[in-house]
Amino acid sequence: MNEVATLISAALLVIGSFFALVASIGLLRLPDVYTRMHAASKAGTMGSCLMLIALAIHATDVGTMSRALAGVVFFLLTAPVSTHLLAKAAYAVGYRLHSSSVMDDMEPKEQG
Amino acid sequence: MISVADIFASAVTLSLGILSLSFLITIYRIIKGPTLPDRILGLDMLVAIAIGFIAVIGIKTGYTLYVDVAIALGLVGFLATVAFARFVLSRGKTEDDLITEARQAASASRREAREASTTRPGLKDGAGMQAAADKISGRQDNE
Repeated sequence: MNEVATLISAALLVIGSFFALVASIGLLRLPDVYTRMHAASKAGTMGSCLMLIALAIHATDVGTMSRALAGVVFFLLTAPVSTHLLAKAAYAVGYRLHSSSVMDDMEPKEQG
Repeated sequence: MISVADIFASAVTLSLGILSLSFLITIYRIIKGPTLPDRILGLDMLVAIAIGFIAVIGIKTGYTLYVDVAIALGLVGFLATVAFARFVLSRGKTEDDLITEARQAASASRREAREASTTRPGLKDGAGMQAAADKISGRQDNE
């Protein structure tokens, strides 16, 4: 049982760090700030949450486990809020979408 | 036969290496990032990677107080991103706007100086241009 928990924890560690790597590669390669936001917010949150879950599985006492899971919940709640706020601010100020974007639902409608 | 402890130790080392690589890539984006929201996003991503780092090091050392550090860092990162988003909103200008304004100000002051040197014949041409150059550099320093 203990060995199984250790193996699951090791697998979650590697998968989580892989998600973080994918998020940072997306941050490097995607063309404009909105698409980069999509990479960093989703994959980055996933990566750090998986690593905190690995810590919760590896921990032996209930206190550490519950604190790690509380951290996961907190991070899952705050990451979309902050990224959405940043996207709204950037769009309102006038940072443009990349020219390869096919759709902009927030652009003001033309009259008629 | 490979033991479970060996697998676990190598998984910890591997994830530390991958996290370092993604940290470096994110720092490259922060340095290069063409706009301010790109840099704020990179900061947010750095906080997420640092939380992952703290979790891995907490597992590696068995020192579980690191979980509290991770929670506190998540709170600080959230507040920092929200504050930066408010700053972007209250600044109200993109980098393109700032560059355009600086160019317009420079060309306006150059035109002013040219008019001053043509309408006032007593003033030497070189002195007028010198005053214009002072004006341009002063205005650029302000921005």
